[in-house]
Amino acid sequence: MTTTPLADRTTAVAARATDLSKIYGQGETQVVALDRVSVDFRQAEFTAIMGPSGSGKSTLMHCVAGLDTFSSGSVRIGDTELGSLKDKQLTKLRRDKIGFIFQAFNLLPTLTALENITLPMDIAGRKADKQWLDSVIRMVGLADRLGHRPSQLSGGQQQRVAVARALASRPEIIFGDEPTGNLDSRSGAEVLGFLRNSVRELGQTVVMVTHDPVAAAYADRVVFLADGRIVDEVYGPTADSVLDRMKQFDAKGRTS
Amino acid sequence: MFRTALRNVLAHKARLLMTVLAVMLGVAFVSGTLVFTNTISDAFQKSSAKGFDQVDVAVTAKYQESKGDQVGRTPDLTQALLERSTKVPGAAGAIGVVTGFTAMADKDGKLIGDGFQSQGGNYWGDKDPRYPLKSGSAPQGKDQVAIDSETARRAGYKVGDTLRLSVDGPVLAPKITGIFTTDDGNVAAGGSLALFDTATAQQLFGKVGTYDEIDVKAASGTSQTTLKAALDKALPQNLVETTTGKKLADDQAERIASGMSGLRQGLLVFAGIALFVGTFIIANTFTMLVAQRTKELALLRAVGASRRQVTRSVLIEAFVVGAVAGVTGLVAGIGIGAGLRSLMGTLGATVPDGPLVISPGTIVAALAVGIVITMLAAWLPGRRAAKIPPVAAMGSLHAQPTTKSLVLRNTLGALFSAAGIATVLAATTMSGSDGQAPMGLGAVLLIIGVFILTPLLSRPLIAAAAPVMRIFGVSGKLARQNSVRNPRRTAATASALMIGLTLITGMTVMAGSLQKSIDKMATAAIRADYVVSMANGNELSPDVEKKLGRIDGVTDVSPMRNANSRIDGETEFLTGVNGTAIGKLTDLKVDEGTFAVGGTRVVVDDQRAEQYGWKAGSTFTVAYEDGKKQKLTVSGIYEGNELISGILLDNATLTPHLSDKADMMVMVKTSDGASDATKDKLEKALGSNPAIQVQDKKDLSNEIAQMFTLILNMVYGLLAMAVIVAVLGVINTLAMSVFERSQEIGMLRAIGLDRKGIKRMVRLESLVISLFGGVLGIGLGVFFGWAAGELLGTSMATYELVLPWGRMALFLLLAATVGVLAALWPARRAARLNMLAAIKSE
Repeated sequence: MTTTPLADRTTAVAARATDLSKIYGQGETQVVALDRVSVDFRQAEFTAIMGPSGSGKSTLMHCVAGLDTFSSGSVRIGDTELGSLKDKQLTKLRRDKIGFIFQAFNLLPTLTALENITLPMDIAGRKADKQWLDSVIRMVGLADRLGHRPSQLSGGQQQRVAVARALASRPEIIFGDEPTGNLDSRSGAEVLGFLRNSVRELGQTVVMVTHDPVAAAYADRVVFLADGRIVDEVYGPTADSVLDRMKQFDAKGRTS
Repeated sequence: MFRTALRNVLAHKARLLMTVLAVMLGVAFVSGTLVFTNTISDAFQKSSAKGFDQVDVAVTAKYQESKGDQVGRTPDLTQALLERSTKVPGAAGAIGVVTGFTAMADKDGKLIGDGFQSQGGNYWGDKDPRYPLKSGSAPQGKDQVAIDSETARRAGYKVGDTLRLSVDGPVLAPKITGIFTTDDGNVAAGGSLALFDTATAQQLFGKVGTYDEIDVKAASGTSQTTLKAALDKALPQNLVETTTGKKLADDQAERIASGMSGLRQGLLVFAGIALFVGTFIIANTFTMLVAQRTKELALLRAVGASRRQVTRSVLIEAFVVGAVAGVTGLVAGIGIGAGLRSLMGTLGATVPDGPLVISPGTIVAALAVGIVITMLAAWLPGRRAAKIPPVAAMGSLHAQPTTKSLVLRNTLGALFSAAGIATVLAATTMSGSDGQAPMGLGAVLLIIGVFILTPLLSRPLIAAAAPVMRIFGVSGKLARQNSVRNPRRTAATASALMIGLTLITGMTVMAGSLQKSIDKMATAAIRADYVVSMANGNELSPDVEKKLGRIDGVTDVSPMRNANSRIDGETEFLTGVNGTAIGKLTDLKVDEGTFAVGGTRVVVDDQRAEQYGWKAGSTFTVAYEDGKKQKLTVSGIYEGNELISGILLDNATLTPHLSDKADMMVMVKTSDGASDATKDKLEKALGSNPAIQVQDKKDLSNEIAQMFTLILNMVYGLLAMAVIVAVLGVINTLAMSVFERSQEIGMLRAIGLDRKGIKRMVRLESLVISLFGGVLGIGLGVFFGWAAGELLGTSMATYELVLPWGRMALFLLLAATVGVLAALWPARRAARLNMLAAIKSE
């Protein structure tokens, strides 16, 4: 068990969970989804969260991203403690400090690609930083698709719009929930490349839940969850090393 | 399949509740109407049958048709005829009936009832079997009267009180000697009845020595028909008619039934509208239910259900919904029927007592309407359900809105609309009654056309709202876009509201314009300060004119005296006026000649002039009631109106030929003009008579306005039903939209749109759809109101379109309110959606 983070590689922490627990139900039917999890997500780091089904990897992401409530412990985004926030403040926090990429793209079909990208800023009533927006759009290669509606775009293009949407408002941290789950491998590779570039070149912080070792290999660090606990951590992963690690869970699952 | 269908009904409770409600409202209205009219006519029938208990055979005078120059007249039923009837074999006795108008004042001097049902009559002898006395004794002589117990109770009169009453002008103040009970249908319906002794009644009603009817009672053992035959033999056949009591009762029952059928039809029309609107909502709901269950239905198909079975399962579901709605609607309808009856009671109209009548016909109609309408509405969605391919079970998406091209639909809609507009416009150029049928047809075509076109219209009209929606930021933008996402659904939802508002607006425009023009017509043509008339529209005694003429300060007085005559073998009304005063009392537009009335010089209205081919200076021969003939000269032709029309001639010429002087109104001009003091003076001079109205121009306008307000309010009340159904429709659509877009809503919440923003988005969508329906409805309503007015305008010179801007703004506000109210629950639901579940809901 290596639940303590390794030595500081960068100074600042973008998000931090401490003794985070999430328990569903009561008594006999009680299910512990997260069991006193402590984890840091450092700035300008690309982290992948992995684990078998039911390990709590999505729950961890949802709790840290302020999408879900937790039973005990604490979560911080930057300097803000999430546990004490009301729904309204949480919403504002997500709007201003967090970017999201979902498995199902989740674009609004009535809006054009550009309108979808600027949606979080529209909601906040802010003007987009034109230069930044242009560079994001150029990076994801959507410059000639901005007027299209989602139904006129391929899955890969749609997810690129979603990536641009997450990046456009310069959030402190971006969370991705299986962002390549609905994509073919080429499109998936593209999207992951953009995420990695945003970390390397723009200093963005990205946390991504995935079950795909190939996807995880794009990350700087992989955190492994099983039964609601962090069980391992790998820096500089390769698809093979992640796959090997995952196989251990299967073996363990079979023997236990 | 039946079990699956049943499970489905139960699985979508909230949505189905609204469908059931929509159908239920329609059914409730239909069955309520039937219960109400059945109950009332049944009660009237029973009470009218009772009313003829004392009559075995009624003898009435036979109207003598107009012939040649002879004006038609009714012969008198004389005392001799009464005595002859009494002596006929098989007759036990006979009662001479005298009736007339008698207005009674309550203790404050106000008229009891509304004038039309204020009846007077004779009390036969010492003990009249028709009117059993409850207290006191029979009226005798000029200063005694008996009144019915219901009126006594209402006005608080007791035996010994003095009652102020009036028959045709002069006020009388006899003492109440008796209070009687009666099952007279008129009294049962809220009228009042005052009885005098026979001689007094005959004198008061201007029928000295004669009767209106002779009721003959049969001796025991003699049947009504035997007695009738005996009477027919004994009485002059050419002068009288005999009718058995049973026939009288039957005739009256029939009259009541046909009288009720008008009301019933009127109410059923509104029920029909409610149902029609309801049909859209039911169709909409089932479309949504099917869309929502695409996966489920596809699974059924995948495991081997045939298309027919799928269709049937939807139809079974509709049947269950329809049956439930039919039954609950029937129950609610019975409540409505009972409610309407007691409402009529509180409004002052006494309805005869009787049990609530729920005929088998009502029950069948309620169930049939509920089930048939629901199944019809569900048929198309059912077919659509059957077309879902089995493979859809494996897919993950909700059924996409049919993106099938709207080209065919738009073409069809454009054709219908164009045909409708053309027909309506063509109808406006026709005259009066000729245009009615094409106008109605055009209106129906246009409504159908617009209904079909609504999806097309929704885009530009809703886009027009964009600048306003921008105020609301992202929520506004999303709401606007969401509202045009499924044009068909938006259209169906807005249409429900559209139809209600079209009718409401059309009625308002028409009523407002009509009121204005009648008002103008009535007041513009009159120069008199006051018009004096009887509360019930009956004739005034000639005394009234004389009394008014003697008042200080009154400068000109003229009665409008009605008389029949024969001209060129046709019956024609003559109006006798004061030839010297009439010019000063009226302000009629003269088309030809001069407005001069006196001696044999008369003025005629444009319509008569055209009919008879008269010009200024023409002469014609008139045959008066008494058979005398006279040659008259047309001195001028004026434009007639609702108040004054026909042939005006001098009373000095007309009156010598009349046996009865029938003054419909008296116009008065005073030196001081209309004022409260003048009015007071006039009323006092007429003995503060409760039955006589002294009205200035403003009173006349108000009276006209009141009539229209009453009718409009009734229509509004009934159409409120259609609006309620429309609210249900909007709720349904929004609930479906929220359901379909839960994933988007979850995403919006995740990326930072707060609950308020989500709520606002749903509310604004609702508002946009409702206002869209409202604008369409008001627009169509104004068009129909205008068109109907054009049609009326051909027969009404003063017609002028009045657009009730205030009312229209109010209707738009009503549409907005519908939107806001309908969004309450769906918006809450959307705001409360579990974000995580919603995002993952695929």
